Formats: sequence, C-alpha cells, structure tokens
Amino acid sequence: MTAAVEIRGVTKRFDDVVAVDSVDLEIADGEFFALLGPSGCGKTTTLRMIAGLEFPTEGSIRIFGEEVGTLPPNKRPVNTVFQNYALFPHMSVLDNVSFGLRMKKVDKTDARAKSMKMIDLVQLGGMEGRKPSQLSGGQQQRVALARALVNEPKVLLLDEPLGALDLKLRQEMQTELKSLQRELGVSFVFVTHDQEEAMAMSDRIAVMHDGQLLQVGSPEEIYERPTNRFVADFIGQTNLIDATVEDDDHIILTNGTRLRAPSPHEPGTSVAMSLRPEAISIGPRGSVPDEHSATSLEGAVASVTYLGHAVDYSVKIGWIDLEVRGGATAGGQRFEAGDEVSVWWDRTSDWVVAD
Amino acid sequence: MTAVQEQPKQLDETGDVVTPLLELANEKNKRRRGLLLALPAYIYIVLFFALPLIIVVVYSFATRTRTGGTDLSGWNIEAYEKLGEPIVRDILFRSLWLALITTVICLVVAYPFAYFLATRSPTVRNIMLVFVMIPFWSNFLVRNYAWRVLLGNDGPVSQLTEALGLGQTTILFTPTAVVLGLVYGFLPFMILPLYASIERLDWSLIEAGRDLGASGFQTFRKVTLPLSMPGIIAGCILVFVPSLGAYVTPEILGGAKTTLLGSYIVTQFLTARNWPVGASVSTVLMIVMLVAALTYFRSGGKNL
Repeated sequence: MTAAVEIRGVTKRFDDVVAVDSVDLEIADGEFFALLGPSGCGKTTTLRMIAGLEFPTEGSIRIFGEEVGTLPPNKRPVNTVFQNYALFPHMSVLDNVSFGLRMKKVDKTDARAKSMKMIDLVQLGGMEGRKPSQLSGGQQQRVALARALVNEPKVLLLDEPLGALDLKLRQEMQTELKSLQRELGVSFVFVTHDQEEAMAMSDRIAVMHDGQLLQVGSPEEIYERPTNRFVADFIGQTNLIDATVEDDDHIILTNGTRLRAPSPHEPGTSVAMSLRPEAISIGPRGSVPDEHSATSLEGAVASVTYLGHAVDYSVKIGWIDLEVRGGATAGGQRFEAGDEVSVWWDRTSDWVVAD
Repeated sequence: MTAVQEQPKQLDETGDVVTPLLELANEKNKRRRGLLLALPAYIYIVLFFALPLIIVVVYSFATRTRTGGTDLSGWNIEAYEKLGEPIVRDILFRSLWLALITTVICLVVAYPFAYFLATRSPTVRNIMLVFVMIPFWSNFLVRNYAWRVLLGNDGPVSQLTEALGLGQTTILFTPTAVVLGLVYGFLPFMILPLYASIERLDWSLIEAGRDLGASGFQTFRKVTLPLSMPGIIAGCILVFVPSLGAYVTPEILGGAKTTLLGSYIVTQFLTARNWPVGASVSTVLMIVMLVAALTYFRSGGKNL
C-alpha cells in the first residue's frame, strides 16, 4: 500500500540553521501519527513542509505517491489545523468553513449543505452565523477542524491544535479528535510537545530532537523500549544511570557496581540504564527477594512526596538520586526520609539505551 | 485632599469598615485632576478652533454689503444658493474629481509598497520608513516649486522626452500637473496607515487561505484586502480630505483653468470680498470631510 505521506532524506535549512536534518518518515493511510518533541526540534517545520507552507532544502516528500516537493499549498490534497486556528476574523463560521469549497468552485448550495453538515459534525450547529471572536477557544478549535475537514483532505495536518485549550477541554478534545479520526479514516498528522497527549492519541509517534528523527514507534515501543537517552528522558519520567557494557547480560555502573541488564551493545560501550520510577520496588534494607539480587541497589530515602494515589521517594544511592514511585495503598509499607532501604526491579523492566 | 480625610468611617452589620464615600471622593478627585491636565488643550481648541468654526458657519448665512463688508443682520441662504451656479459647481466637481483621482493613484501606488514594507525585516522597514518621511523635512512650498522646475517647458522632464523623440512635455499648469503634485505630497499619508494595518495582519491567515486551496491572488482578495480595509479607508481619507481642500499645489502647479475649491475660497474672501460665499463653500467642504471621517470611524468600529 502506498504511504499517505512519505518523507525521504528531507533537510530544511533556514540560512545557517538546520531545522530538519535528513529525516526519513512514512505515515500510513488512516493512521493517527504524532510528531513529538520539544520546541525548536523541527516538528512544526516538518509539518509545514508536508502542507507546502515551507519547501524542503533537500529531499523528497510524496503524498500518496505523488511528489509534492515544491507544489504550493493550494495544490496539495492536505489541509491544516493551525496552532492558533487562524480563523478568518471577518467571516462567519459558515463562511470560514465553506471557504475551501468556494475556492474549489463547488456549487454554492452544495458548499453550504456540506459545510452545515460538517458544522453539525463538530457540534456547532446553530452557531454558523457567528464570528470567530464570538466563540470560545474550544469552539474556535472545532471551526478550524471543520474548515479543514470539509475539503475531504487525504491527510489532515494539525499543528499543536490543543495547545491553547485548558486541561479539561484538552482532554475532551483529545477523545473527540481520536473518534473523529476513526470515523473518517483519514490520516491525521499531529504536532505536539506534550508527550502524554501524543501517547493518549496516536497510533505511532515520531520523536524529534534538534532537527533529527530519533525514534518512530507505537506509544508502547517508545515508552518501554526507547532507543536513546533523549527519548527515554523525554517520554515520561525515568531514572537514567550511566554505565558501561560488560557483556551481553551485564553492565557496570560508574562506581563499579555490577548489575544484570541485557543490552545489544558491544562490551565497553558507554550506555545509560533507564529505570521507570513505577517499575522500581522499595523495601527495608536487606529485604530484596533472591531472584532480584542482581538487579538491586541499596540506599537511603532522601525525600518523600505524597501524591495521594502514590508516594514518590527520592532514594540516595551513593552518587545518584533514584526516583521511586511507591503505592500509597493502606497496606503498603511507607518510608520516611533517612530510612535505609533497598530498591530492586524486575529483569524485564530496565532498558539500556545508547548515550 | 482634605475632603477625603474628613469622610467619616462607616460600619456595616458585621462591623467591618466600609468606605463607599471614600471611593467616590477618590473617583471625583481623579476626574478633576484629569480635567485640569486637559484644560490647556481644551482652551486652545475652543478659542482657536471651535470658535472660528462657528464664526465661519454664522458668516455663511450673512449678507454681503455693497462695499464688500458683511451684514450680520439679515440671515439668508443666498450664499448656499450660489453654490448651484455653474461656475462654482464646476469648481466643486473638479475638486472632487481631482481629489478622487489623487486618492486612487495614491492607493494603487502605496498598497504594493506598504505590503512590501510590511514583509521586510524590522531593520529594513525602519530604514525605508525614514525614506518615506524624508520629504517632510523640507518645506512643502519649496517642494512644490521644485515640481514647477521639473515639469517646466524646458525642465528636465521635458528635456528627457525631447531627447527620446517624444516632443516637449507641456503638462505644467494642467490638471495632470496638479494631480502629480498632490500624489507626491500626500503619498506618505496613504503609505503609513496602509503599512500599519498590513503589518498587523496575522500571516497565518494568509497561510490558511493558501492551505484551503486559494491561489495567491484569491487569498489577497478574500483575506488580505478585507483585513487591511481599515488602513485603506484611513489612507483614503487622509489623502482625499486634504486633496479636496488643497491650495498650495493647485496654485503653483495648476493654471487659471484649474481653479479648485481652496483657491476659490481664498478669492472669495480676499479678492471678491464676498465673505458669506467663502464661508458657505468652507462649510460645505467641512461637511464633506466630516462625513468622510464618520465613515471611517464607523467602518473602523466594524472591522477592528
């Protein structure tokens, strides 16, 4: 099957700055795809190149097999939901939504009917006569969606569409966007810096940093098996412990501690071990179950943060502080600052990443 | 200030101090202070602007005496009836027509320039804005005389057309010369408001237009142009109004056949000594300008 979007060796330079650095990416038809990364990582530039709002300095971009490299935006079968919606302030909701159809010279009554249907679909029925300034942020967001979707794009591009909404509304819209995407079966390419949002909504995520594509995969793959230090650190919370590979099955920490941790890297490579706080167990000193003896460390509780549903411990283990998330259930044992403790983890929950 | 301190404290049911009177007094004080600050400007405007304006309007309903004086007793609208006479009517229409042409030319010339300006880097913009302002540094009268030299029968423009085999240029003392001079004089007044409104445009709206399938021109017509309308209207009024009442440029660059309202008013007051007619023409001119200004404020209220 032809990919909805196929990006090959795309580089974008603005003067001396390399915004996107030889990125290869394939987005399947009907996929909810997130471009994730901190601000300035090149994710928006990548999206804008798919939209035709920027042209790549090098490389090729194909949409359903058709090379679109330097086609202007109006000649591409994609539509964009802009970061701040970019609704036309001088037009009503209906005029905004039907803009694309009118540009395509769709018959007036047809355009109106289609637009009204789309306005209903995004639950704005009855508001078609209003100006964007008379709508709330969430409603403006829906207009922007309707305005893009009414053109039946082959790929819908969304540039941080939920960034301007408050938390509750954002969560609502996440669910709505996802179900809308399922319903329409169109590929959504979604730019965000919010890793939780990306995890909650996407089929696949591409993590970008400094213009480079670091990893592409399902939310589970990205979270559980990050391929490098940045991805491990950026996605969720994690403890990164510097180490050197000893053999297939062991690593040596910088203080000489030998731990069992399988890694695909060559012996002698410097790596980091990623340990999620929730994957670490905590108990009194010496209470490590035998099967975990090769995956445990000893230390003392440095601080305790009570979160209600959980308790976060910061455990000082010689040269590092390890963040540990313990359950706050009634039966569970709780520790105070200064308590001598052991921490251990399951052999499958650590993950060694390249530096 | 003492009044504030003298206000007695009041207690509500719960015993808390409430001070509505204090707030009120403070509010009053503030307003009084504001008025005091504005007073010099108020006095200036009333004395030198509003009062003369009223005098002009009053005079427009007076009668000219035989000796060229003004009789302030028999009120009538004869001076306004005179506006219907062919000579005055021609001058009025000619003035409107030339002001209109000047405005349209200014708009057509200034819009692309303002757009270009608004899309440059801040440094380039500032340098170019200074260039736009430079003409203001020299006297308007002097600049008009410079045009007279330029357009004269043996001036540089004429020499150039002759060298090119197009014959002598004889546009001095014609309406063309007047329009040229007016466009030159008032172009900055078109550029600046246009620049201000285009510069304020949200460029993502233009991107949205392109993204939704509009060509560059369609986007301009449907998005850029309507959104820069406040600047267009402001610029048009800022050019049209002074062009309509222009005196210096038509006097210097126009001939006897291009008498415009400004010159006609001056003639009525100084030469013909018919103050009521001069006053009535002035009044009509002011009304036209007022209507133009109101149009602007109304449209500005709608678009901004």
